[in-house]
Amino acid sequence: MTEKGTWTVKKGMAEMLKGGVIMDVTTPEQAKIAEEAGACAVMALERVPSDIRADGGVARMADPTIVQKIMDVVTIPVMAKARIGHFVEARILEALGADYIDESEVLTPADEEFHIEKHQFKVPFVCGARNLGEALRRIAEGAAMIRTKGEPGTGNVVEAVRHMRRVRGEVRYVQNLPKEELMTFAKKTGAPYDLLLQVAEQGCLPVVNFAAGGIATPADAALMMQLGCDGVFVGSGIFKAKDPVTRAKAIVAATTHYNDAQILAEISTNLGEAMPGMEINMIAPENRMQERGW
Amino acid sequence: MLVGVLALQGAFREHEKILQSCGANTRQVRLPQHLAGLDALVIPGGESTAIGKLLVKYHLLAPIKELGQKGLPVFGTCAGLILLAKKIAGANQPALQLMDIAVARNAFGRQVDSFETGLTIPALGEPDYQAVFIRAPYIISVEPGVEVMATYQNKIVLARQNNFLAAAFHPELTNDLRLHQYFLEMIIN
Repeated sequence: MTEKGTWTVKKGMAEMLKGGVIMDVTTPEQAKIAEEAGACAVMALERVPSDIRADGGVARMADPTIVQKIMDVVTIPVMAKARIGHFVEARILEALGADYIDESEVLTPADEEFHIEKHQFKVPFVCGARNLGEALRRIAEGAAMIRTKGEPGTGNVVEAVRHMRRVRGEVRYVQNLPKEELMTFAKKTGAPYDLLLQVAEQGCLPVVNFAAGGIATPADAALMMQLGCDGVFVGSGIFKAKDPVTRAKAIVAATTHYNDAQILAEISTNLGEAMPGMEINMIAPENRMQERGW
Repeated sequence: MLVGVLALQGAFREHEKILQSCGANTRQVRLPQHLAGLDALVIPGGESTAIGKLLVKYHLLAPIKELGQKGLPVFGTCAGLILLAKKIAGANQPALQLMDIAVARNAFGRQVDSFETGLTIPALGEPDYQAVFIRAPYIISVEPGVEVMATYQNKIVLARQNNFLAAAFHPELTNDLRLHQYFLEMIIN
């Protein structure tokens, strides 16, 4: 029997992206540049996070015309962002044929209480998480891939590091808990108990886990890989840099050779200026994108 | 037995796990020096364009091609099949071009059309093999000397040519060891 949109197929799609770089693009031209630089997928959105941060206003799903044009010009997978809780944007992206949907805190949430019920879709979803409980809630709702939230649009990797260390640390912690203490951990962190049991037994998240939010240099990408993520999303970091093509290629190479300092040194030279960075404590807590969703 | 798994991008760890379950030792291949002393090589699923670019950039394309021509067993899955094909329809991307086959990329459609199905593979016997197809390619045509090992809806999805084995689906995503065992037997023979 042939079945489409199964959990294996959704989760498996993310497995194929591992060790790769998914790049934010806003135009077909940028998508083409990303593909030529060796991106394993592109993420279509209206504006990159640093522009959303600067412009303010409501950030929505990208114009379907643009998403369609991006799908027409590249052969690699095309992902697109939908607002948290906006299941109609997600349905539209699914109908367009987007390969993965990011229910993303980078866009203005459409629902402050409920995320999308993602199991109902054939298209797979990726969601952001800052800790194990949040990651497992999203997976329980049907996310077939997780990424750190980080703090998008800042060019500052500190929050992505915090979130990756937190998730990995909590996984190690629950692995060592006696079974009778797991329910209390589930209660405290809001982690669905069944998934928590699975994590405690297997010592890893049940889906692929990427890094995102603030990655701006090859060294940032390699740092996240060494901290244990499976691949990286780069948002503003590429097209807000002085020389996007060179930087994109270097970040791709750094994600493959993350453990080889010699190669990292070679690819980190002559890149031109990185995107401007931002101190996280300069952003008021209520303006931090990572606080969106729960 | 030491099997290299090309680890530039994609699902290389899954292949390693299965190969290890079958009793083989594995090594991740990222640079030409990692090819020394291998008994075989696996090219995993992933993005064939991304993997192809890194093959060129890190000088792996020519040495792998040469080893293949000298008889090194190579098993490619999905992106790996694309990289093994002599001809890729409508694309001009770097590839190893070791097998006399022509392939079409993303030939079953986009991710929403990705599927799993029970596949009859006579060489593996009963029961059917649960095959996972993700934005999968298929083989459009084969030249003489290529053995067609499985088809799905009349499309070739598994083929062998001497020391080369290529699957359009992802044996690394299932717990069925039979196809990897078949490949390991190819190495011994």
